[in-house]
Amino acid sequence: MFSYYLQLGLRSLRRNPMLTALMVMAIGFGVAASMTTYSVFRATSRDPIPQKSDVLFNVQVDNWGPENIKKNEPPPALTYIDATTLLRAHKAKRQTVTYPIGVSVIPEDPARLPVREGAYATGADFFPMFDVPFLQGSGWTLDDDEKHASVAVITKSLNDKLFNGGQSVGKQVNLDGHLFRVTGVIEDWAPQPLFFDVPNTQGFDEGAALYVPFNRAVDLKFPNDGNNNCVSEPGEGWEAYLRSECIWLSLWTELPTKADEQAYRQYLTGYAAEQQRTGRFRWAPNVRLRNVVDWLSVQEVVPPESQVSLIVSLGFLAICLVNTVGLLLAKFLRRAPEIGVRRALGASRKEIYAQFLIEAGTIGVAGGLLGLLLTGLGVLGVGLVFPEPIARLAKLDPVLVVLTLVVSIAASVIAAFYPTWRAAQVQPAWQLKSN
Amino acid sequence: MQIRPILSALRRHKAGTILIALQIALTLAIVCNALFIVHERVERVSRTTGMNESDVVAIQNRYVGTPASYVPLVKTDIQALRAMPGVEDAYATNAFPLRQGGWSTGVQLKPDGQKDGVQTALYFGDEHALKTLGVQLIAGRNFNAGEITPFNRDDRPAPPQVIVTKKLADKLFPNGDALGKTVYYSKGRPSTIVGIVAKLTVPWTEVDFPEMVTIMPLTFNSSYQIFLVRAKPGQQDAVFRSVAKTLYDVNRMRVLPEKYGVRTFEMVRSRAYEKDRGMAILMSVVCAVLLAITAAGIVGLSSFWVGQRRKQIGVRRALGARRSDILSYFMTENFLIALAGVVVGVVLAIGMSQWMFTHFEMQRLSFTYILVGVVALLALGQAAVFAPALKASKVSPVEATRSV
Repeated sequence: MFSYYLQLGLRSLRRNPMLTALMVMAIGFGVAASMTTYSVFRATSRDPIPQKSDVLFNVQVDNWGPENIKKNEPPPALTYIDATTLLRAHKAKRQTVTYPIGVSVIPEDPARLPVREGAYATGADFFPMFDVPFLQGSGWTLDDDEKHASVAVITKSLNDKLFNGGQSVGKQVNLDGHLFRVTGVIEDWAPQPLFFDVPNTQGFDEGAALYVPFNRAVDLKFPNDGNNNCVSEPGEGWEAYLRSECIWLSLWTELPTKADEQAYRQYLTGYAAEQQRTGRFRWAPNVRLRNVVDWLSVQEVVPPESQVSLIVSLGFLAICLVNTVGLLLAKFLRRAPEIGVRRALGASRKEIYAQFLIEAGTIGVAGGLLGLLLTGLGVLGVGLVFPEPIARLAKLDPVLVVLTLVVSIAASVIAAFYPTWRAAQVQPAWQLKSN
Repeated sequence: MQIRPILSALRRHKAGTILIALQIALTLAIVCNALFIVHERVERVSRTTGMNESDVVAIQNRYVGTPASYVPLVKTDIQALRAMPGVEDAYATNAFPLRQGGWSTGVQLKPDGQKDGVQTALYFGDEHALKTLGVQLIAGRNFNAGEITPFNRDDRPAPPQVIVTKKLADKLFPNGDALGKTVYYSKGRPSTIVGIVAKLTVPWTEVDFPEMVTIMPLTFNSSYQIFLVRAKPGQQDAVFRSVAKTLYDVNRMRVLPEKYGVRTFEMVRSRAYEKDRGMAILMSVVCAVLLAITAAGIVGLSSFWVGQRRKQIGVRRALGARRSDILSYFMTENFLIALAGVVVGVVLAIGMSQWMFTHFEMQRLSFTYILVGVVALLALGQAAVFAPALKASKVSPVEATRSV
């Protein structure tokens, strides 16, 4: 029966090629617009580290006071004083502070020009905390942090550039004239959104090619390459900057259990209360401890453009569906005499339903294929609409392909329900009489 | 034209009527808002910087190594740039309009150093800055060579002389007498306004102080430098191609990043408004496709109705109705349905705009856009129904006698 109805459906669709083309195009365009914008939305709203996102926590402490912040939200980064004090307390299983540094790498070969690389100053815990994948060697140790050692971790790309992709553990890299010993080579690792440095990247960035110990970077006065926000003048010189209320550091902690989280939150509140007692803060403790997903949501990494375009596209799909309902209704009811004959010859309502839903399903399949083609073009063209760091994340992967087809067929079948119901209500006697 | 028979006929086609009206309503809601987004973005993209943007090349330079001072390096580089063939003028700075990164601070009338006052972007430069930017000095004077001093990264920017934009001058001194007045960028360190420029924008495109700019006679003592170069008219491309080589010939220990190392100002502008342009394109395409689909839908359904009512049309014609009566019947019918659609659509459009306003801090939909959308959809409906209505009017009275 299915193949017979399929044949009937195809024949009927061939009878009005314009109407059929219109429905297929409506479904195709609607689905393609929604899927293309969804691919961007999916890329910008995903969990960058799903296996650990609920045990990694960003730390915020309000050192600015109610008159300098909005909606009681503490500043998005920490001062040097707060970050290093919390770090030294070792109240979490793992913890690390990060800031982007601006360094140039000077190749050993004097014939080659220096290169500028994105880099972070951070702690030894950074690598195990964020599951950074190593290709050679490993991260530096906590002991290296303590000793302010000149060590570095580089990415595969930089290793290819500097050492032609060879074994480079133990070799030296020259950063603005300072030598650092390579302890490990990692993959070109840049989870998107770049959750550990949202304040400086808005979440989307190529990531860094190089990591060096925070303590050493501060010793060498490697300037902060990211945002720097001050509510009062820091005074002149690096030392004054470190003592200032300027915020520029991100602190992340790993707290494996709920109890750990509770304990850390208490400790953090206690720390702020202590600062209030000593007179540094003239306000009640205002701290935040947020896991990766909450942090990304509060920082609003999903660009409003992505959300608005998704909403508009879904509206577009809805209109295409209403359009298809109308056209199917016209198409099905025009065949009332035919339905009358079938019913009179003994077809049950159920069989009428089956016949017309199958016909609608074939439109869905055709619309889905067109939609798939247009989604492919759309994903290629995302670069015209969204900035490069976001556009490159939108991909036509198997999940999206399946989703596109499923949405098209589901949409066309849903659109067919009402017209099919109307078709099944056709009274055989009336139709036979009036002809 | 009698409306009552049309209404009673529509009552027998509830589903089709509702579907067309619903489609028009949804289309109106989306098209109004999408067009408004296009308008908002185009408005942003077409904002000017106050500069003469043609023939400007921007270079982001990072010196490698740690000399005692970077200032001599900067001076050598600037001299080399000014000596390049095809170059009109050049200077070194920390930021420029549309760069999307720079410094801002508060400026105030009192020396006490509390953090309030007027927010302003800071551009460092020398006596060549105004000419290179191509901004117009409307009062006072330019800096002179003797006033330019080195500025260390950890210093507070507070030179004795500053040039400000008219907007900033008027905000600080609403009486219009800013020239020669003293202001404070840093606690207890006075700066005198020696010149006022007509217009210059901040490096960012999304701030609420777009034209509050101060130019300071400072040379940034930092490995990080931006060189702005004004080429002679028509020489921009030649300068753009050869400027990196000129700089590397002076000194190899530097990095000009691959991506944004050397850019013409068109490239700077295009990147600064990338998102806005993209949104405008996307929303325009959505509007166009949407209107086409809605029009096609109306054509399809109306044709169906005409086909269904051939006999009734024949009867009306046989009873003396003229062709124009049949034509205007279908046109009026569509107008009534579209009218119902736009009434619902206006409500939906306002609701959607309100929702976007609260969620995405977008502007509220202006009334003009709703009006334009309403007129456009009514016209679209009339245009779409015209062909089927014309076909209906050609139904011959003989049809009435067929298949009885």
